[in-house]
Amino acid sequence: MKVLGFALRAFRRDLRAGELSILLAAIIVAVTAMTAVGFFTDRVGGAMKDQASQVLAADLVLRSAGPISPGYLSEARGLGLEFAETLAFPTVVVSGEQTTLAAIDAVSDTYPLRGQLTVADTLFGNGRPATGIPARGEAWAEPGLLGRLGLEVGASVSVGERSLVITRVLQYKPDQNIGFINLAPGLMVNLADVPSFGVVKPGSRVTYNQMYAGSDAQIAEFRAQIKPRLRPDEALRGREDAGEQINAAIDRAQRFLTLASLVTVILAAVAAAMAARRYALRHLDNIALLKTLGATQAFVIAVTVTELGFVIALTSVIGVLLGYGAQYGLAVIAAEFVGFVLPPASGRPFLLGVLTAATVVVGFALPHLLSIGTTPPLRVLRKDLPPPRLSAALTYGVALAAIGALVLVIVRDPLLLGLIAGGVVGTAIVAFGLGWLLVRALSRFRGAAGIAWRYGLANIARRGGESVVQIVAFGLSLMVLLLLGVVRNDILKTWEQTLPANAPNQFMINIEPDQLQGLKAFFQAEVGQEPFSLPLIRGRLTGVNGKPVKDVKVANAQGAAFLQREANLTWTDTLPASNVVTAGEWWGSGYSGPLQLSLDAELATNLGVKVGDSLTFNVAGEDIRAPITSLRVIEWDSFQPNFYVVLSPGVAADLPQTYLASAYVPRDRVEMLSRLVRQFPGVTVLDLEVILSQVRSVIDKASMAVQYVFLFTLLAGIVVLLAAIQLTRDERRFESAILHTLGAARRKILQGVAVEFVTLGSLAGVLAAVGATLLGWGLATYAFKLDYTVSALLWPLGLVTGALIVGITGTLATRKAVNEPPVAVLRDR
Amino acid sequence: MLRAAGLTKQVSSPEGILTILDDVSLNIGRGESVALVGPSGAGKTTLLAILAGLDQPTRGKVWLCGEELTAMDEDGRALLRARRVGFVFQSFHLIQSLTALENVMLPLELAGETRAAVVARETLANVGLSARVGHYPKQLSGGEQQRVAIARAFVMRPEVLFADEPTGNLDSATGDRIGRLLFDLNAEAKTTLVLVTHERDLAARCDRTIRIDAGKVEASEAVA
Repeated sequence: MKVLGFALRAFRRDLRAGELSILLAAIIVAVTAMTAVGFFTDRVGGAMKDQASQVLAADLVLRSAGPISPGYLSEARGLGLEFAETLAFPTVVVSGEQTTLAAIDAVSDTYPLRGQLTVADTLFGNGRPATGIPARGEAWAEPGLLGRLGLEVGASVSVGERSLVITRVLQYKPDQNIGFINLAPGLMVNLADVPSFGVVKPGSRVTYNQMYAGSDAQIAEFRAQIKPRLRPDEALRGREDAGEQINAAIDRAQRFLTLASLVTVILAAVAAAMAARRYALRHLDNIALLKTLGATQAFVIAVTVTELGFVIALTSVIGVLLGYGAQYGLAVIAAEFVGFVLPPASGRPFLLGVLTAATVVVGFALPHLLSIGTTPPLRVLRKDLPPPRLSAALTYGVALAAIGALVLVIVRDPLLLGLIAGGVVGTAIVAFGLGWLLVRALSRFRGAAGIAWRYGLANIARRGGESVVQIVAFGLSLMVLLLLGVVRNDILKTWEQTLPANAPNQFMINIEPDQLQGLKAFFQAEVGQEPFSLPLIRGRLTGVNGKPVKDVKVANAQGAAFLQREANLTWTDTLPASNVVTAGEWWGSGYSGPLQLSLDAELATNLGVKVGDSLTFNVAGEDIRAPITSLRVIEWDSFQPNFYVVLSPGVAADLPQTYLASAYVPRDRVEMLSRLVRQFPGVTVLDLEVILSQVRSVIDKASMAVQYVFLFTLLAGIVVLLAAIQLTRDERRFESAILHTLGAARRKILQGVAVEFVTLGSLAGVLAAVGATLLGWGLATYAFKLDYTVSALLWPLGLVTGALIVGITGTLATRKAVNEPPVAVLRDR
Repeated sequence: MLRAAGLTKQVSSPEGILTILDDVSLNIGRGESVALVGPSGAGKTTLLAILAGLDQPTRGKVWLCGEELTAMDEDGRALLRARRVGFVFQSFHLIQSLTALENVMLPLELAGETRAAVVARETLANVGLSARVGHYPKQLSGGEQQRVAIARAFVMRPEVLFADEPTGNLDSATGDRIGRLLFDLNAEAKTTLVLVTHERDLAARCDRTIRIDAGKVEASEAVA
């Protein structure tokens, strides 16, 4: 009780005297950064989890790339289940001269079995629950579709050979794509209208769904009953499967953003440690006095720990409130690509906030503050007694352990923790090494100019360690901002410039074999060149060397993923230009012998197969088995259609198939595409530029969100600067007083201070620019295989931003110490 | 009240072992006031620190209020100080972030006294600082700061008061007033007073003077 009361009074007094300001600011920045991300991802997670229960619009969905036997529906009826059918496919929707790619959802009368559709009567009108589904001859369009075609409710659009009237705006459907990219806006139609479109043919890219709903027991019985009879291309998905996938996706996003904000926490923690050190040094005499007045060591330590408890409580509350406010920023940035309304956040991020505050305090402030508990009372008589020594191993050990524990709580994966720790230590070593070199290099310029310069540069060199910490703290945050703000754009632009001017920009799929010649002739007539085309066969890998895949052990996760999906196969006798055979032999042109396979070399590695092994694919219900006779390395960014699996000609030509084609259409000729879809209904045209601009918009938004998180890092950098200034405040006051006494004008001293901080900021800018250039170059060269030239903007931007932020903040924060009357300062000593 | 037997304090220095106190023994009775005098570096302050339990002797024993100080650990000595000992220092040692009142309240708060503010206010009135309770040390003159320190020393009604050069940082007129205040309060509370000083006038107010030189008691004489 005595401890609590004493600590509370001490805390109030320290607050009033400003002794804790920097420490509190540092922890608040850390908590704000963590909880802003926490609240945001919690809201996104909440939205997705709300939907998880209705994400299937049913309790169980049977999905297939081919028509599903209606027999299952009668069995479901027999068990008393409700059911519905849907059909989903991409196609081009035409309105006058305008065309756009749309995701068609054809649904039966009972859809959706779970959840509800929300519709509106005008584009941005108020939503209301829908009754039923679109009537025959009608369609409900998502806002994106109306926007792209410039239409309103009441307009007509053509899908294949059929014209439909848009009668509603479809705002929400329970099983809509949850993800951050939805390339084609949706159009919901009546299932009974689909045959009249004339676009769904055998081999078309269509997803068939049967949906069922009932009690858990009924669903379980039905599932058990039909599961053994499913074809390889038919897959069952229950509510829990959907939930799992969603959780995994949320988890990944959450971990990434949280790790990004961890950089802020580490920097803020460094500032907290500096502030705690200064607090400890300033309180040595007070502690000695308290002990002289009869306080025991246990009491002093108890009071310190309790006071830190108050610090954790106060910073958690303020940080969490600020974090809650800041997450609105993220929500606004993300609103466009999240695509649904976010529910309010839960209280969980509050715990994360408290945990962050506790980590910073326990790991970084506590060791410094506990050390003063051992101050001998004799210090009241003997000022020359040194402050208690703090073991470096203990200080860094506790700090690393605290951060490690926090990371482990966030990533819940010791291996990842190890990788992160390695990354952090590696970055720190490189950054500190560079910082140290910069500070060393500086001393050469010391004699160059007048007294202000000499004084300013001497300060940086003398406080070498602290200068390096400040340069690194600022440099790192600036580097990330430069990387995301400047280098990302550069790389994207460089990549776009590498595309040949006449690279294919239109891709066509779902071309029926009997349409191919006509399509070629159409392009010849319109743009004077035939499109490049290849057959497309959809099949699923069902066996390796005659063994069913469920008994096959693949080499890695990518291999396993390949088994889960329908693969695209093609056949040809010509080795594609962007492929190189690395093992075995290509069958050669004119080959028409027994069926052979050529595999992407990487896929072969992932599956753990080699030349000589045989694979079995199920194509439209029929098993085909063939030996692998060659492996190819594929240049994927060649903008030519490429395939993991290529079959030899001959037998393959008789399998059910469609064609895909690619062509270059000049921008001023794109209006021909609407004639194309009219003439060849069912052919789906993908405009690469539209897709690219959508991808770019998503990347822009995503990097803006990450930049937002790193703004907190910059803020933490400022707190590090302030903590360092505070640590040297007494020294600076005294030196300024001496300089004043020796006759230096206040202006001169302030100039020296400005030189010091502008230089520090410039060095941080140099570090940031060097880092961003190296990382940008590394990414461009090794990850994207591009020739990267540094943007002319990068260096000046880094230098000026660093110099301005650090120069202004540092000079302002030091001004008061410089301006104190010398007599007052010298009397204090 | 305060007894020391065979106190020796040695420290190691680059030149070898340095003896600061050499077999010092003394006895100070209840209510007695004693001045420790001698040249700079004689060992006065070290003796005061050991007598008050702020430092430990290399050899020898100290009894304070009947309890053997040298047999206790640091926390034990702190608890004894909290109950029975007060201090006044040359450089005042006020906590800069606390007001005069809060500085005086400090020992009371450490002892868990609930009426700390009331008692501290009364004590500050006794030293003539009623009008200054809300001032911070920086806003007070040297003499006023030392009066706050004296109020802080007396607020717990200690049995023994140790004072290290209490007027050393003050001009002679102020020092004189502070000296008078210290002795008036001491007489009133019947406190045992141990004082290190260079000021002859201050030493002359004491019942007895103990002269220390080169770590030894040179003379112990009653003041006439």
